[in-house]
Amino acid sequence: MRALDRKLLRDLRRLWAQCLAIALVLGCGVMVLVLATGTERSLRMTRDAYYDRAHFAEVFATATRAPKEILPEIARIPGVAQVEASISMNVVLDLPGMEKPAQARVLSLPAAGQPVLNRPTVRLGRLPDPTRIDEVALSENFAEANGLRPGMSFAAILNGQKRELTVTGLVLSPEFIYLIAPGSLMPDDRHYGVIWMNHDPAAAAAGLSGAFNDLSLRLTRDAVEPAVIAALDHLLAPYGGTGAYGRDRQVSDTFLSSELDQLGAMALILPPIFLIVSAFLVNMVLSRLILLERPIIGLLKASGFTGREIALHYMKLSIGIGIGGVLLGWVAGWWMGGQMTELYTRFYRFPYLIYRPGSASFAVSGLMGLGAVVLGALRAVRASARLKPAIAMLPPSPPLYRRNWVDALAERLQLRQTTMMILRSITRWPGRAAITVLGVAAAISVLVACFFTFDSIAAVVDEAFTRTNRQQVTLQLGHDAPVTAEQAAAHLPGVTRVEGAFGVPVRLTRGWRSALTQVEARDDSNILVRVLDEEGRVATMPPEGLVLPESLATKLDVAAGGQVTMTLLAPPRESFDVPVSRVMRQSLGETVYVAAPALFRLMRQGPEVNRLNLLVDSRQLPAFYAAVKNAPAVDGVLLWTDIRDQFSATINENLTTSVLVYAVLGILITIGVIYNAARIQLSERAYELASLRVLGFTRGEVGYVLVGELMLLTLLAIPPGFLGGYGFSALISAGFSTDVVRIPLVIARRTYTIAGLIAFVSALAAALLVRRRLDRVNLATALKQRE
Amino acid sequence: MPPAIAFRVEDLSKTYTTGAVSVQALRGVNLELFDGELVVLLGASGSGKSTLLNILGALDSPTGGRVFFREHELTRMSEKALTAFRREHVGFVFQFYNLVPSLTARENVALVTEIAMHPMRPEEALERVGLGGRMDHFPAELSGGEQQRVAIARAIAKRPEVLLCDEPTGALDSKTGVTVLEALYEVNRDLGTVTALITHNAAIRQMAHRVIRLADGLVVAVEENTERIEPAGIEW
Repeated sequence: MRALDRKLLRDLRRLWAQCLAIALVLGCGVMVLVLATGTERSLRMTRDAYYDRAHFAEVFATATRAPKEILPEIARIPGVAQVEASISMNVVLDLPGMEKPAQARVLSLPAAGQPVLNRPTVRLGRLPDPTRIDEVALSENFAEANGLRPGMSFAAILNGQKRELTVTGLVLSPEFIYLIAPGSLMPDDRHYGVIWMNHDPAAAAAGLSGAFNDLSLRLTRDAVEPAVIAALDHLLAPYGGTGAYGRDRQVSDTFLSSELDQLGAMALILPPIFLIVSAFLVNMVLSRLILLERPIIGLLKASGFTGREIALHYMKLSIGIGIGGVLLGWVAGWWMGGQMTELYTRFYRFPYLIYRPGSASFAVSGLMGLGAVVLGALRAVRASARLKPAIAMLPPSPPLYRRNWVDALAERLQLRQTTMMILRSITRWPGRAAITVLGVAAAISVLVACFFTFDSIAAVVDEAFTRTNRQQVTLQLGHDAPVTAEQAAAHLPGVTRVEGAFGVPVRLTRGWRSALTQVEARDDSNILVRVLDEEGRVATMPPEGLVLPESLATKLDVAAGGQVTMTLLAPPRESFDVPVSRVMRQSLGETVYVAAPALFRLMRQGPEVNRLNLLVDSRQLPAFYAAVKNAPAVDGVLLWTDIRDQFSATINENLTTSVLVYAVLGILITIGVIYNAARIQLSERAYELASLRVLGFTRGEVGYVLVGELMLLTLLAIPPGFLGGYGFSALISAGFSTDVVRIPLVIARRTYTIAGLIAFVSALAAALLVRRRLDRVNLATALKQRE
Repeated sequence: MPPAIAFRVEDLSKTYTTGAVSVQALRGVNLELFDGELVVLLGASGSGKSTLLNILGALDSPTGGRVFFREHELTRMSEKALTAFRREHVGFVFQFYNLVPSLTARENVALVTEIAMHPMRPEEALERVGLGGRMDHFPAELSGGEQQRVAIARAIAKRPEVLLCDEPTGALDSKTGVTVLEALYEVNRDLGTVTALITHNAAIRQMAHRVIRLADGLVVAVEENTERIEPAGIEW
């Protein structure tokens, strides 16, 4: 090995703590990149492979009752490759040992053989025997949450009749990777599941012999999806079709896609911060090292080394740091990516998991990591190459200070000289102070931006659970019912308030733009479920016209005052041109509202309800639950208290882990910046600080000069850190918002406080760590040798 | 009445160990310094002058023996007490000035007066060493002699009982060196500060009350000057 390379290795070893501090910051950036892109890629691959193997459909439709005879006609629609018709219905369950009612979606299996599309994967046991009418398979998560295993039985109300069903197997389906009850906000595996049942008993229970109400299509490669959907809608319209849709409106796929998009956004937003900070750190440390090694550089040049060789020597040092950081990031990213992918499978159920982060994410992150350190080193390294040997061998001239605004400040505030030393050092090297401030500000920004996600979730939760949905229970009715259903519900045990609600599927079109959605009839006297505007005030319904959610208005390219065509996908199945009265931001979902009288006038019918929102006296809940389990008109129950608890439990569980991970990222940046700044300070000023000790200053007083400067810079970093945090939060809010969930840009004061505190405390710890080295300085010798 | 003893050094030894090499810098030094006297320590390089001075000033601790400052035994004091001793009683002047480059001359002196019990004003200290007109200059804007005089002003500003100077003229030419020596001479004369001054330069011994010669870590001779010469009369 060449002597110069040996020097390189020894330098790396001697500066290990500083190098490690930089490598850790760099490693964080590389890790986030590998983690996010690796997880996204793995999930995408898993999803695609699963969709492919299970023949997941591309177009979906439901109808009230469609005769099987039209199936050949559907199959002839240009672009349709495969058709799967089945029977689907919602049922209320009475599970052994569970007081509360659970609900399920029943799906029929074909009379013979496997379904062509959306094939269930059997995880345990088997599919029902086609000859047995009481056998069913259950979605795995629901069965597991309720301890149901093959051979066990439970009761369900099928078409008003209570039936005993026997479990034969546990299955997963590409249709229900993310399983969430209609109208709910959160998966609740204990109270909602899917039941696969043989065709004949399902048809009998639903009263659909010779007919179907659920349709899935797979398209040919050259199919035009909107055209297929339009043709299908046309065919199903006479049979109560509620509008066909593609995967983009399929609930499970929509949630999964949102998640993948968010991972992609994470890979774009976070890593650059870490990479930029590490570039600055490399620049800071290398500049200092080159200054310290001027005589050596001079000597090397005098002995005939070229500027290039010397530049390369220092560049290798930074590349060494880069390699360390990239390796750290790769290992951490690979490991955490696996953990994260695993975590996803708790909410997204796949029968298998392909964890393949992909060489691309390693290659890209590695190149970016090395690129950052090389860029950071460039300026310092160029300076080393340009040094003239004769000048290099002279000691650097002493820093020249000048009087400036600091003096006026000092006089006014009667500052002590040690404080003056701090202020003068900052004003003498504003560039270096700026790097320190920027680095700490970056750490604070990352912390604010990471904690912000919890604030926004809290805001969404608060809006969804305490301000919008204030009911305890929602009952879904099997069919539209007259408003007298409200009185019937009021007679259920313990019910203290009933508010009916009515929703109808519609297709909104404007020019070539079109969207399938649900219109809700709003009655301003309703207080349980409310519609809130951007400021959180209860919005009153305009007497005519639609209230559109912002995302939908953008999709249809329409503003308040504009007009859209609304096609009712329920009788009378007519189209109307309706004005858009108002556009409003919605955090969750995409619901269109209209004043109840206006809607029923359009539908040319009296008021009806298909959902009932209730308040129930908690002491009478057991009786209430028992009654609901046996109410034939009810085919779904949402228990909002449970959803709320489930939501909080999930958030809290994820919160603890995430806060820890994010806090560590912020702490690492702060420590990386402050530790390096402190070491550089110490190496430059050891002599000066030792002089203070000789003059009789205590360790604490001398430490104040070193630590005080860094802490002052940390304090200065707080305002830009908050500002940057707000900016990053805005980016995240925009980047992470999807059709399903919009992330409001809400940052709690507590978030700022915690972010500032974490940065301050870790900066203090890093500075104090370096301060301890002052104790080891031998006063007698420190004064004899000038650096 | 003979002057009181300021420092008493008994059987002082100091061994430096670096790796496998041990160097005995002091090998049983016995010595007394009296109030108000100006002592010059002479000796070749490696004779132990600086080690002795550093131990007197509580910058270093001995390997053996005892050091008393008046009735206090320095060799039994804690780190904290030694810091306090330096802070209250000792002024230092070094060959390389040791000024804080980010502070002006006045501020360098104020650095000490802010933590001292009964200091003089920084301006007074600087005037005493003839720098009344350069108070607001930074070290980088002062000549070597001026920087050293700032260091002396900083050392005396707290009215120390002891002034320890390690080669204060070592980095200066003869003419500048004399101005520095004058400052030290006057401080000793006017304030009665016990002053110990290390030098290589034998000519300087003429300004001392006593001259102590060291060789190989031992005191080899103590001479009393019957006739002192003021710095202005010294040439080298």
